[in-house]
Amino acid sequence: MSQSNRIDGGLVNRNQPYSFKFNNETMHGYGGDTLASALIANGIKLVGRSFKYHRPRGIMSAGSEEANAMVQLRTGAYTEPNTRATVAELFDGLEAKSQNHRGPLGFDVMAANDFLSPFLSAGFYYKTFMWPKALWEKFYEPVIRASAGLGTLSGQADPDQYDKGFLHCDLLIIGAGPSGLAAALAAGRAGARVILADEDFVMGGRLNSETHTVDKMEGSTWAETATAELYQLENVRMMTRTTIYGSYDHGIFGALERCTDHLYDGSGKPRQILWRIYSKQSLLCAGSTERSIAFGNNDRPGIMMAGAVRSYVNRYGVTPGKRVSVFTNNDDGWRTAIDLKAKGIDVTSVIDTRSIAAPYNVANAATIMGCRVVDTVGRKGIHTIMLSSGQTMKTDCLAVSGGWSPNVHLTCHQRGRPTWNEKQACFLPGGDLPVGMSVAGAANGEMTLQAALTAGHEGANNILSSLGINTASAKASKASAESAKITAFWHVTESRSRAWVDLQNDVTTKDIGQSFREGFKSVEHLKRYTTLGMATDQGKTANVLGLAIMAECSGKTIEQTGTTIFRPPYTPIPMGALAGRARGKDFRPFRLTPSHKFAEEQNAAFVETGMWLRGQWYPIAGETHWRESCDREVKATRESVGVCDVTTLGKIDIQGRDAAAFLDRVYANTFGTLAVGKVRYGLMLREDGIVMDDGTTARMGEHHFVMTTTTANAVSVFRHIEFCRQCLWPDMDVHLISATEQWAQYAVAGPNSRKTLQNLVDKAFDISNEAFPFMACGKVTVAGGIPARLFRISFSGELAYEIAVPTRYGDSMIRALMKAGKAYSIVPYGTEALGVMRIEKGHAAGNELCGTTTAANLGLGMMVSKKKDCIGNVLSQREGLNPDKPLQLVGFKPVDTTTSLSAGAHFVTKGDEATMANDEGWMTSVAYSPILNCSIGLGLIQDGKNRMGEIVTAANPLKRSSVDVEIVSAHFVDPDGDRLRV
Amino acid sequence: MRYSALKILKEGLTGNKGWEPAWREPEPKKSYDIIIVGAGGHGLATAYYLAKEHGLTNIAVLEKGWLGGGNVGRNTTIVRSNYLLPGNQPFYELSMKLWENLEQDFNYNAMVSQRGILNLCHSDPQRDAFARRGNGMLMSGADAELLDQDGVRAMCPFLDFDNARFPIKGGLLQRRGGTVRHDAVAWGYARGADERGVDIIQNCEVTGFDINNGVCTGVKTSRGDIKANKVAVCVAGSSGRVMAQAGMRLPIESHVLQAFVTEGLKPTIPGVITFGAGHFYVSQSDKGGLVFGGDIDGYNTYAQRGNLPVVEDVCEGGMAIMPMIGRARLLRTWGGLMDMSMDGSPFIDKTHVNGLYFNGGWCYGGFKATPASGWCYAHLLATGNPHETATQMRLDRFERGHMTDEKGQGAQPNLH
Amino acid sequence: MIINHPLLGPRDAAEFVYLGDASLMNRPDAGSDDAAHAFYEYLYLRDNPAGEHKELWYHEQGDRSWLVVTRNTLTHEISNVELASGVARKAGGSS
Repeated sequence: MSQSNRIDGGLVNRNQPYSFKFNNETMHGYGGDTLASALIANGIKLVGRSFKYHRPRGIMSAGSEEANAMVQLRTGAYTEPNTRATVAELFDGLEAKSQNHRGPLGFDVMAANDFLSPFLSAGFYYKTFMWPKALWEKFYEPVIRASAGLGTLSGQADPDQYDKGFLHCDLLIIGAGPSGLAAALAAGRAGARVILADEDFVMGGRLNSETHTVDKMEGSTWAETATAELYQLENVRMMTRTTIYGSYDHGIFGALERCTDHLYDGSGKPRQILWRIYSKQSLLCAGSTERSIAFGNNDRPGIMMAGAVRSYVNRYGVTPGKRVSVFTNNDDGWRTAIDLKAKGIDVTSVIDTRSIAAPYNVANAATIMGCRVVDTVGRKGIHTIMLSSGQTMKTDCLAVSGGWSPNVHLTCHQRGRPTWNEKQACFLPGGDLPVGMSVAGAANGEMTLQAALTAGHEGANNILSSLGINTASAKASKASAESAKITAFWHVTESRSRAWVDLQNDVTTKDIGQSFREGFKSVEHLKRYTTLGMATDQGKTANVLGLAIMAECSGKTIEQTGTTIFRPPYTPIPMGALAGRARGKDFRPFRLTPSHKFAEEQNAAFVETGMWLRGQWYPIAGETHWRESCDREVKATRESVGVCDVTTLGKIDIQGRDAAAFLDRVYANTFGTLAVGKVRYGLMLREDGIVMDDGTTARMGEHHFVMTTTTANAVSVFRHIEFCRQCLWPDMDVHLISATEQWAQYAVAGPNSRKTLQNLVDKAFDISNEAFPFMACGKVTVAGGIPARLFRISFSGELAYEIAVPTRYGDSMIRALMKAGKAYSIVPYGTEALGVMRIEKGHAAGNELCGTTTAANLGLGMMVSKKKDCIGNVLSQREGLNPDKPLQLVGFKPVDTTTSLSAGAHFVTKGDEATMANDEGWMTSVAYSPILNCSIGLGLIQDGKNRMGEIVTAANPLKRSSVDVEIVSAHFVDPDGDRLRV
Repeated sequence: MRYSALKILKEGLTGNKGWEPAWREPEPKKSYDIIIVGAGGHGLATAYYLAKEHGLTNIAVLEKGWLGGGNVGRNTTIVRSNYLLPGNQPFYELSMKLWENLEQDFNYNAMVSQRGILNLCHSDPQRDAFARRGNGMLMSGADAELLDQDGVRAMCPFLDFDNARFPIKGGLLQRRGGTVRHDAVAWGYARGADERGVDIIQNCEVTGFDINNGVCTGVKTSRGDIKANKVAVCVAGSSGRVMAQAGMRLPIESHVLQAFVTEGLKPTIPGVITFGAGHFYVSQSDKGGLVFGGDIDGYNTYAQRGNLPVVEDVCEGGMAIMPMIGRARLLRTWGGLMDMSMDGSPFIDKTHVNGLYFNGGWCYGGFKATPASGWCYAHLLATGNPHETATQMRLDRFERGHMTDEKGQGAQPNLH
Repeated sequence: MIINHPLLGPRDAAEFVYLGDASLMNRPDAGSDDAAHAFYEYLYLRDNPAGEHKELWYHEQGDRSWLVVTRNTLTHEISNVELASGVARKAGGSS
């Protein structure tokens, strides 16, 4: 197809011809085009369908405020829904399709909705679809859902990469139009650290779309010169294709830089970068957005914002029409007619709502003052307009200007409210700006070019002064004069046809009237009831118009009517960019233990434990099911010796003259009496009396303890005891260091554990039972002088030790242990075997320490010392935590030992119905015990200690099963602990 | 005016001119039997059930802004009754049953959509906890299913099963869970209460209570003093501020929860999905936007807006389980105030001041509770006794040691 | 948000973990007659002010200091940051 609407001039690069496809049709454009300008060049008017009525729609703007021209860009996994054609840069090979229609774009069967529109008015769906009840999910809703929505996701993982970064500056300038460039020149020349960001791919803003002059240059040339100078300044970071999307506390801004969206192939580079910008000061130079006027059938393809028409003609060298009319309520609209004329394009008429003298003389065009467009004709492209004067005119493009709304969005992200300015008929930034922000140019209501240039220049100078930076001597640039007079005009009351306010969501003036009549009068009710401003453009062109019409309905001023709240982001941001690299395996970092490589060599299965990966089991040849490996590891450990990496347990080094006294306060039980060289089990409560964590603490010296915590609570326990130290007892002489990652620690368990260690611990250290009994601890050396800490503690219930070496020896240590235990057929065992053995011993773990259990629940009530204060002591005595028949941790065995137990089953007295009214507790942990050769469980049941031997029912309705179980001691193996002490 | 398809047909043919206001705009009277402070979802539901179930209509609902402007107007629309503890489960199940008949009851289509809620689990302990919870739900008469990985895959094949940092091991599914069009809930209750004679008074801020000798006899407002036999506060995120006017300190902190919606998309996910190894939950609205949320920002605030770290954290959670949403665009984020309680569970109770009642502490689970909260608060106000499903929702439970702590996090509101 | 750490200078709030009202530093005397009630009020009841709020932040991704931050809950403006240990000592924290 030829570029029938391409004209001379503009900033496109005619030496860079591109071909692209729209709805599978090949077309041509140039470098510097957007998809929208290229479509216009090719004479395309109809580009999409509206949300509700599926009305044919064309391009209405030339920027990110576009409400109509949304396309499905690219193909396959790269496809991207709802892309605004007006900001999508053209590249060679671009493919786009129109969206939200069934059948071809020209013959959308869903357009039937348009004929049903009387029945689909504001809020219709709240009043029907209620009968019969069952049909909502089965019929009505699926139909609604299928017809709603806009573009589609590919359903495949996003193949692109995204990055994140942090930037710091003295001054962030948001928008590189005339005021932004003027500000950047002033601040950049003065040596301030400046970031200048603009969402466009060319700096200059409206200067590139207008025919003004600055410093006797064409505006676009001045912008190019200024930009070139700024690129030379090392203290200025120039960021095109970068949207500052949100303003957050303390001068922090969110920014999205689009790096490869304008390329056919990103060549492996990140598609986009999400920046967090930390600014001392910010200057908002975001310009303004033109709004429409509501009149009959004002949504037809070919009806466009007047400023957008200028953009297409002046910047892109394309014309949206051959016979253009202008409809305006302000002087700026007239410039469209003037610029089109200058390009030799036929302007049929300029219709101005104001009954004043024509502000400009436009040759060969009918200038009709005090008149309104009432209706339009041309379903897939406008061809005729009807005026309030009764005249009818042929036109293929209607350029509309209802005035410009300053882009105050970022001034409102911290809940500031803009104020209405009646004279300028627009909202201006209100008094409560985000800290450090000021506003210049059209965003601040400085609507002429000269005012914008001056405001940018002076705004930057004011900021420099406040930062203590000397300003450069240059003066603000001089621009050609223009007029920006306006008389507010919102909607054409003579129009009988529907007049659109929000084009994408199909909200008409009638909907607003109905919303008012039904009592939805607050702007928030209006928005929610009619969906005004809730489309992908967030009402950038619609909101002011809508609330002006609501103000008219209610007889209030616009000031009294107010606005809805502007929320981030300024323009929509891809989820992929917000996630950055935190996806897939990189969602969170991995923490690997020192034996990880060794475990990999053993083909270990790994399990995620918080951020850690731990060996879950270590299969050997011939094992096909995890249970085979786990059972073998348990038996090998209980019969001879096994080794388990317990590095992940939290380790806290505690030193100071008051270390023992400190522990007495943070633990429920007493540590002051613990002898040097001994270890004690410690129970830690939260201040509310609930068990927080448990572990062992070793007294390495008079004033030196080493505390261990569970893996899960390592961080929170450290935080908690630092709170105790710094905030509660600052005068205690005690110091804490987290040493979790400084020590590699291994549990060596089983009857042959001592013999194994004796092969490794240097001979100078006697670790015989007599010299190093159960619960002993001490410093030793291994393998000829490597420092180590040895603890004789046991989680498995066997004769066992834990040995810790500095992390750098961790890999060697596991290998040395395997060698030292080779004669005893030592096995590495994983968390599954660890879990089985602790259940066999009745030790509580995460499933039991679930944040609601008390010491008494766990059978440890006696440990809460009554002699001393400790965290949690007082509140643990509350009546609700000490009922007559408390939940108590006990063991459970199936009556039929061939059945297996399930964690999460609830206990009821045998014979009772399985209801919550009869609920007596639940099974917390289960395991298959290869020692007892049956399934066993731990659980919390009311009054459990007094019910030994009772048969209760473990109900598991999720599995439609219930199992009779016997209440037994939680200590299934070696209840007297003889094995620990041999 | 009764809404029906026929009515829409008739109005459509006559230019939609005959629709009446959904509610009146009455001037406040000098006194009422009951004043409800706060025309959010819970306050309006309370008024509705007082009128409909207890025949009490001399009631005013006072609202400082616009009705339905609190959390009922800014949540992620999820309804469910998949609670663990006996102090909560029957209450939320009552709520679910009320949701299931709500639209026919108040003649307003709130789009109650039971497309299911699936909580993913990623570890054995998590699955054990889900089993305990699911069994408890079934034993209370609710519905629950425990899915294994294959079950989850069959339902949501688009989740990341092959490359996840925290592999999906299964999930707890409640098929009766789903979503409800949040604004419509407020409007339906408001319309139903108004129709029965309740005065809903917008732009009327309560600035103080009339308390004499331990008895509350009315409120001071921006539109004058109003007397009442009973004053029922129901102001969610503003609980601390409002009850301070009655001299009360509460076991509540105000926090901000951000919520998110993407641009409209053709149907892409079924019901509600929650990530178990990060903070992310998501559903798709009837308009096509992915509606999602995560954790609260975590610091005390009344500012109704949040900050970037949580925005990014939530989106990371989304991409971690559903990498297909990378090219969907986030359209809008917003923040609402949460009345975070000390155990994550709410209060529906009398106070030590006679005639002054308190409903709050909903944390970020208040929306799903709306019908039952209204039902039980109305029951308390009308009968003087707590409803049987709300007996644990007492203000003195912490002093007595009867916490209802679903997450087991203890007395730290930002962890619930 | 940015917290101006008294020792380390301005730091992003994301480096910190929040606990709550700084009154959590005023742990009651467990030996007093009304200890049960005092601990209940200490642990569970909050002023929850709309305005200036003294609160505890912990520099977990940093030097592990607990800080008392004075921050406005309506505007998020931070007017003062102190080391909690210093505040506790000044208040005559128990030892």
